[in-house]
Amino acid sequence: MLVNVLMEQRVLQIKEDLELFDNDLDKYEYIIDLGKSLEPLDKDNEKDENLVQGCTSKVWLICEKKEDKLHFKANSNAMIVKGLVYILITLFSNLRAKEILDINLDVLKKLNLAEIITPNRQSGVVGMMKRIKEYAQALKENNEK
Amino acid sequence: MYKEHFEYFSNNKSIYLDNAATTQKPKAVLDVMNDYYTKFCSNIHRSNYSNANKATTLYENARNYLQEFINANENYEIIFTKGVTESINFIAQSFVKDNFDTVIISKLEHHSNIVPWHMQGKTLHKGLEVVNCDENLNFDLDHFDELLTKHTNAFVSIAHISNAFGKILPIKEIVKIAHKYNCPVLVDGAQSLAHIKIDMQDLDVDFYAMSSHKTFGPTGTGAIYIKEKYLKDIKPYQTGGATINDVTFERSVFLDSPYMFEAGTQNIAGVLGFHEALKFIENTSYEKIHNSELDLYLYLYKELSSIPDIVFYSDVQDSIGSLSFNITGLNHEDIGILLDKQHVLVRCGHHCAQPVMKYLNIEGTIRVSIAFYNDKYDVNKFIIALKKAIEILKD
Repeated sequence: MLVNVLMEQRVLQIKEDLELFDNDLDKYEYIIDLGKSLEPLDKDNEKDENLVQGCTSKVWLICEKKEDKLHFKANSNAMIVKGLVYILITLFSNLRAKEILDINLDVLKKLNLAEIITPNRQSGVVGMMKRIKEYAQALKENNEK
Repeated sequence: MYKEHFEYFSNNKSIYLDNAATTQKPKAVLDVMNDYYTKFCSNIHRSNYSNANKATTLYENARNYLQEFINANENYEIIFTKGVTESINFIAQSFVKDNFDTVIISKLEHHSNIVPWHMQGKTLHKGLEVVNCDENLNFDLDHFDELLTKHTNAFVSIAHISNAFGKILPIKEIVKIAHKYNCPVLVDGAQSLAHIKIDMQDLDVDFYAMSSHKTFGPTGTGAIYIKEKYLKDIKPYQTGGATINDVTFERSVFLDSPYMFEAGTQNIAGVLGFHEALKFIENTSYEKIHNSELDLYLYLYKELSSIPDIVFYSDVQDSIGSLSFNITGLNHEDIGILLDKQHVLVRCGHHCAQPVMKYLNIEGTIRVSIAFYNDKYDVNKFIIALKKAIEILKD
């Protein structure tokens, strides 16, 4: 599927960027900087129903539809997580609902997120993927009505 | 100077400051466990050949040693368990459930001394009462007395040292007050043995839960002290092999304590390792441990105090081991990750003590927890790494 080719390209781009750093602290400074580029989320949207389950820190995620594509907005109370959220949002934004549902999530393994976040925090990534797919599923069902 | 006894420190150059989570193990502990598995591995309290007899003897020697170590009156007052969590669950299930209307705990408890009571349907003001603390997290003895006046059939279950904040609770006073109302007291000693000498006669507690792995011993092992007068009222928590005197299809006749409470094959290597860890403490001496730790604890506090925007949640009066803080405007998890990337190992989070975090209106803290083998070098490295983390996050 075409979306998986596109996804692989997006993942490889991020992977390349992360691999530029030999020093761990520099890599994290970069991730923190990425978080600063997140499109702001209205304070009104920082509510419990938008919280992603499984995250050690708080992550709020919402989805907006622009034309027929999905755009995600998010925020976190932790700066490193915010950077990781930026990465995930970049990967999944500007795609159609059906495309998001067709994505094979195995491609994310190439990012080696396990090296960046601890095992305790990886359930947050799973929670975020789940929430993104739920948004896509809901939108797809809505389109089919 | 003490690190040379711990192989972990020669294999690992990280600065280990997470001793409240688990302590490192001296070589002597690992050697004893290895000896058991490689030289005389056999089950205890069953077979009668020489290796099995040796294992049984050493296992029972460990019980006798622990009895003396904590100054219990009898060796059958010591029951080996998997650790503090199992010890509390055991007493909750086998003794408290059917005998008490109310359980009284402190605000500083970790989940192991909260959730077992919830499992019995005891929730706040419906069978569970929580003693107030002041702005420095000191236990409110007056409020405790008040609660005991109101709840006449109460069981008291209290931490000796707070895992998150290092606060030492006034156990002797707590026990005196509780006994005035004929209420038994269980003390959760998860954080105690690594830092302070405990004495069952002096404290006069009725139950004392201990952890091996937080006391330089192996994981999966611990013990509970049960004052003799309560033994007859406690039912076995689990049953099975080595707990019974006689079994027919009609009925089971149990052995006496401690055997009736130690069902199935025990963690033999773990108990032998625990024994060795206690011997290691004895050889080092609590006096030396305490002096070296207290100096370092105060040094840590002084160094941290100079960091701008630091927030502490208690003073260092009557405290040992753990010190918790936050930096205003920064997330504790971010700081934890950046410390880890600089090879400084501390715990950041709620420390399995969410209720006290909620009480303080925070999600968690950065917790530094020291043991006697830590030194100023460790603290200095930690402070440098912390300053770097703050610089990155505030940039």
